[in-house]
Amino acid sequence: MAIAQDKNPEKIGDGDYLDFEQKVADFDRQMDELRRLSSIKGIDYSAEVRRLQQEQVAELKQIYSQLTAWQTVQVARHPKRPLLPDYLNLMVKDFRELHGDRCFGDDRAMVAGFGQIGREKVLIVGQNKGRGLKEKVACNFGCANPEGYRKALAKMKFAAKFGIPVVTLIDTPGAYPGIGAEERGQAQAIAVNLFEMSRLPVPVICICIGEGGSGGALGIGVGDRLAMLEFSYYSVISPEGCAGILWRDGSQAPEAAEALKLTSKDLLKLKLVDEAIAEPLGGAHRNIHDTVYNVEQYIIRTLAVLKRTKLETLLENRYAKLRAVGSEPTAVLRDKEHKTKIKTIEIKHVKPKSVPAKA
Amino acid sequence: MPIMAKEAKSKWNGFSLKKRKEMPDGLWTRCPACEHMLYKSAVEKNLNVCPECDYHFRIDALTRIGYLVDEGSFEETHDHLTSNDPLDFNFRGTTYRQRLKADENKSGSKEAMRIGKAFIKGRGVVLAVMEPNFLMGSMGYVVGEKLCLAVEKAIEEKLPLVAICSSGGARMHEGVVSLGQMAKTSAALAKFDKEGGFFISVMTDPTTGGVTASFAMLGDCLIAEPKALIGFAGPRTIAETIKVELPDGFQTAEFMLEHGFVDMIVHRKDLRSEIARLIDYCQK
Ligand SMILES: [Zn+2]
Repeated sequence: MAIAQDKNPEKIGDGDYLDFEQKVADFDRQMDELRRLSSIKGIDYSAEVRRLQQEQVAELKQIYSQLTAWQTVQVARHPKRPLLPDYLNLMVKDFRELHGDRCFGDDRAMVAGFGQIGREKVLIVGQNKGRGLKEKVACNFGCANPEGYRKALAKMKFAAKFGIPVVTLIDTPGAYPGIGAEERGQAQAIAVNLFEMSRLPVPVICICIGEGGSGGALGIGVGDRLAMLEFSYYSVISPEGCAGILWRDGSQAPEAAEALKLTSKDLLKLKLVDEAIAEPLGGAHRNIHDTVYNVEQYIIRTLAVLKRTKLETLLENRYAKLRAVGSEPTAVLRDKEHKTKIKTIEIKHVKPKSVPAKA
Repeated sequence: MPIMAKEAKSKWNGFSLKKRKEMPDGLWTRCPACEHMLYKSAVEKNLNVCPECDYHFRIDALTRIGYLVDEGSFEETHDHLTSNDPLDFNFRGTTYRQRLKADENKSGSKEAMRIGKAFIKGRGVVLAVMEPNFLMGSMGYVVGEKLCLAVEKAIEEKLPLVAICSSGGARMHEGVVSLGQMAKTSAALAKFDKEGGFFISVMTDPTTGGVTASFAMLGDCLIAEPKALIGFAGPRTIAETIKVELPDGFQTAEFMLEHGFVDMIVHRKDLRSEIARLIDYCQK
């Protein structure tokens, strides 16, 4: 469902080029210069500008067709990449946010609310990383606390009660690692979300739109479908964290990113995600409208399929899908032969002395 | 009980960021909590619990099973399952396959979990015991698969499921396959729950990351061993993120009890009888 791949990319700000886009930036500078000259001297440079534009498009295609894993992570973290509010503004009609986890507070890193996508009423749940320092701080940079996960679940149960499908938009570096988060049971909150989402009696579509950071992403990432935007990433640990553990040096992150197989391309190959949603040429941040449109079309198309499925079948399929996670790449292990083979092993038994239990 | 170190007993202050030394060969061992030098065989006779401060040493899966089940009753299944390295993981020449081999040799176990049926004080259970010496007890495909197989066995035979958790979290060498095991085990336990199954989760030192954030926290009854490290993020990660010194006793079993996330803290010597008691209460 690639759209707009050949449209000229929108020009981005001077500071918004990534390290590996210097050539693209040069083209922009040259075109600006020509436009400036033509306005001063009245000479028509439009043919040259067109030529440069074509070359720039070719260059972008070239770069983005073979992004490394680490470059993909940088695109996924691009400061201008569309965030949850962009999707809510452009894709969701009549959005009504629902606040609070009914226990502790209202986590701004996690947003939930009713809205309409296409002609379907849905509940949208997602992390918001925030734009601009003030909002980022308020949103805790998209790192939810336990109350965020509990809010997400509470609203999902609310929606399920009235048969409203759930769409989750994942974009988080990870669940917040803080003292309060541990005191309030970050692990328990996520665990319960996985448990309940696996049997939530409505269609659940999960889409990774930017960063899919580990358990924090998974905490709203269990459903009937898991899709990723083309240049988002989804990983068990941040590349920096992985490099830190294996090499005691976070600066080895580019290599770790490669090893972790965290791009949509790799994860599709491993059959760990269902679909990669195409991004406009040069990444989502170069054309927010087209990005959101592609996501919207995926949701509409997928919801139509899921809504046609009988609830019982839907839940059976979801369970089968979750139960089979990883068995594709590790298919060799699934032999039933050994199931009956029982081994008794030599164990040194030490009898603990203690009070006997009541029989 | 001979004691070499005469210095004052240092109070246990939660998880130490100091690297834990593995038990040195020889007759003596140092308690990582109170730092007393202890006579090894005395520690072993005491179920690997420090006689001075009740620190519960980390123990391998077979030792744990030996403490827990009725003699000769453990019947292991699926012990042949090994990871086949789904990502072909290679980081600067260090491969996952090498690590698997090395840890198999080190721990004598093919993976980070053993499952099977056993009796605990005459009560039949399905048992899933994690092996902390195998890739830090991390959860990859095989651990997730074994836990699910144990759940299915428990459903099939209408037995309670007892999991002894001890894990550093998800296994990063298996990437998203490993992350997926959190969803997989949680989904299996949701099914077990629907079937009316009884699940006891015992969290021992350490239970962190993806294991805590999935099956470890989903027990009908949650038990912790004294002073065990239990949490989501590792203390090092938290300290680096918030750049504040962590409070005393942070992320210990006692901390979890205080904040309402475990039902009880049970000394290793009482675990058999507590599990038997719970089974008797919940038996239908
Ligand atoms: Zn001690």
